[in-house]
Amino acid sequence: MKQMLIANRLHDGTVVFRATDGSWVESIAAGTMIDDEQRAAQLLECSRADEAANIVIDPNLIGVIERDGVRVPVRIREAIRANGPTSAVDIAKIGR
Amino acid sequence: MYRYDEFDQTLVDERVAQFRRQVGRRLRGELTEDQFKPLRLMNGLYLQLHAYMLRVNVPYGCLSSRQLRQLAHIARTYDKGYGHFTTRQNIQYNWIALDRAPDILAELAEVEMNAMQSSGNCVRNVTADHYAGRARDELQDPRVWCEILRQYSILNPEFSYLPRKFKIAVTGSPHDRAAVAVHDIGLRMHLNAAGEPGFEVIVGGGQGRTPVIGKAIRAWIEPEHIVSYVEAILRVYNLYGRRDNIYKARIKILVNALGIDKYREMVEAEWAEIRDGVLQIDPAESARIDAYFAPPAYETPVDVGAELQALQDADTSFAAWMHSNVAGHKVDGYAIVNVSLKEPGKVPGDLSADRMDRVADLADAFSLGEVRVSHRQNLVLVDVRQADLHTLWQELRDIGLATPNIGLASDIIACPGLDYCALANARSIPIARDIGLHFSDSDKLQQVGDLTINISGCMNACGHHHVGNIGILGVDKRGQEYFQLTLGGSSNEHASLGDRVGPGLPQSDVPAAIEHIVDTYLDLRQGDERFVNTYRRVGMAPFRAAVYGDDSGQAAA
Amino acid sequence: MALVVNGAVVADPFVRVADEDALPDSGAVLVSLATWQACEAALRQRTEPVGVLLTSAEHPEALAAAIDVLRLIALEFPTFRDGRPYSYARLLRDRFGFAGELRAVGDVLLEQLHYMERVGFNAFEIDSDEPLADLAVADRDFSVRYQPSSDGRPSAAQLRSRR
Repeated sequence: MKQMLIANRLHDGTVVFRATDGSWVESIAAGTMIDDEQRAAQLLECSRADEAANIVIDPNLIGVIERDGVRVPVRIREAIRANGPTSAVDIAKIGR
Repeated sequence: MYRYDEFDQTLVDERVAQFRRQVGRRLRGELTEDQFKPLRLMNGLYLQLHAYMLRVNVPYGCLSSRQLRQLAHIARTYDKGYGHFTTRQNIQYNWIALDRAPDILAELAEVEMNAMQSSGNCVRNVTADHYAGRARDELQDPRVWCEILRQYSILNPEFSYLPRKFKIAVTGSPHDRAAVAVHDIGLRMHLNAAGEPGFEVIVGGGQGRTPVIGKAIRAWIEPEHIVSYVEAILRVYNLYGRRDNIYKARIKILVNALGIDKYREMVEAEWAEIRDGVLQIDPAESARIDAYFAPPAYETPVDVGAELQALQDADTSFAAWMHSNVAGHKVDGYAIVNVSLKEPGKVPGDLSADRMDRVADLADAFSLGEVRVSHRQNLVLVDVRQADLHTLWQELRDIGLATPNIGLASDIIACPGLDYCALANARSIPIARDIGLHFSDSDKLQQVGDLTINISGCMNACGHHHVGNIGILGVDKRGQEYFQLTLGGSSNEHASLGDRVGPGLPQSDVPAAIEHIVDTYLDLRQGDERFVNTYRRVGMAPFRAAVYGDDSGQAAA
Repeated sequence: MALVVNGAVVADPFVRVADEDALPDSGAVLVSLATWQACEAALRQRTEPVGVLLTSAEHPEALAAAIDVLRLIALEFPTFRDGRPYSYARLLRDRFGFAGELRAVGDVLLEQLHYMERVGFNAFEIDSDEPLADLAVADRDFSVRYQPSSDGRPSAAQLRSRR
């Protein structure tokens, strides 16, 4: 199972994923997938530095699998963070 | 409604300026997250799954139409076009950016609203009966005391770092619509032997991991002493409440550990020192505030009984709505209208910005410009002329806010759950939607009758599941969402905590389980006995058997 | 660390004496409650000022009998989340009538100075390069106070009644 780094961006709270170039991106598809534990630990350290630099809050590693080219976090909570609330269909329907 | 004077307005403006400075310091790194977190919490700002969440105070559930329009504007401008009304009569926005939060607070201050202390280890929004000032069974309008307690608790320098959060609820009626028995302090107005109105003070109620029905610390106290008495309670709690474990830090734990008699002794000793001091409520000040809650100038009542009956005879859906959503008003010719935010299949308590504006318009047209928020996550229009009921119903029906389900099975209370909340184990919204759709037939709803269903996504119990007739608690079982059911809870003056039915059920089994429970009730009830009373009479066994296939509490294979 | 007393940055005249150390022959001393209770007679004999440092678990009623003798009471905030010293301060000022230096020490954040002043602290040990500027900011934060304070300034209700 591969891993990714997830966090909330400090200034607006948006869920972000760490990309290969060290930036934080909103799309899970654009984040970097990590293969091995050592690399994961390294990138977590880098993420903590980003936290100390007031870019993100609470970075952590999550398990992610790739299914038909789509990245799906293993835990439902992270899947909801990546894709939005499962009740989101209501936003489109509420009387505008 | 209370209107800010120059002192109230200056305070919220100063608070906005302070928070703007604090946000700036945080973004520049002059404050760490650890230092900043209690500051942003005390301004109602949480960090949740998707973004920051802002909880705005609706003091004792009262809003003007102007304020509701501003809430709509905020939803549109700073959020994704909707808000969520909570079990503490507040409103929450789920998609807030930290760097825009000071602007939001400034816009709230423009309409005399704020988010001060809607979170944090301090005294939270003082909640009240959503029919305050209007219910037939009310002894005295409690809102003056709510406003006095609000001002007493806001930016109180001694009590801003309590062991844990502190919630106060107030009812002016013996019929408790404010759930006072499960609050840290509950105030219940009643008459003493001499016929004078005063408060029974209940302390140490609460839900969460260790639900407790509050205990009476004082049978009766003059309202004029309520601030000093609350100070005594808070001071003893601040000094002796546990600070070693956040799950053992509420006042209910302290009261249980000391016993109510010892706790009372300590509070009364402290109160004796302060009762005649500066905290006595100045009658001029309480009169000043009470004047804002004076009843409006009502019109001479017109008897429209025959017309209303004819309209109901002609239209069963209007009749159903009249039966479930309309309550009696203390003034003849008027009615209290509950605006249901529980359309089956929708998210309980959510309301779009557009519909907020519509409700504000309807409040202006039909209810003297005022809206209440109920802890059941619905809105209330409290001054509707009976002659306008049919027209108002049509208007509400056109925007989906006339579901005839108040207090019935589809009037579900649900926390935001794992769809939004960082604390949750499971999602409550899909369960709420499934159950709501299951009970979408109005005849079925009426047949089942009064039934409160409460859903919490985790043990923090923001959905108040312990006091639901049916409670549903989301738990994490090996990474899967499971739900534990409880039966027999109640949040009114006969408050009780629900009993666990059995092991957690997977999400897919929950709607059927609810159906079995309701069918069992329909089989067993005597006459028009309510669900909760049938349960209290027959006990758990038949319900457990219906859900699990036997009454041993073991899950069916 | 800077010590601000009554609005001025000062060098601390009090020497903190650890429990295991002997009391110095002279000079102002700040001791723990345990030391005060063990050596009260000797401490009362000293001509120079004596102060007691209370931890957040130590209720100030332990010093009720010594209120007129002590020139300094320091209340420790082990973490800024521990709100007990706010109540201790109010009790010391309002209940026990302590008129000496009431000093906040420990995890004292600038964002709490406003509350601390209102409950009666008049001295602060703060981690700041510009302590007076920071205190001025904290002081200016709120001109309106809903509740009666121990710092003598009127509450909103009191101001309203004078209108």
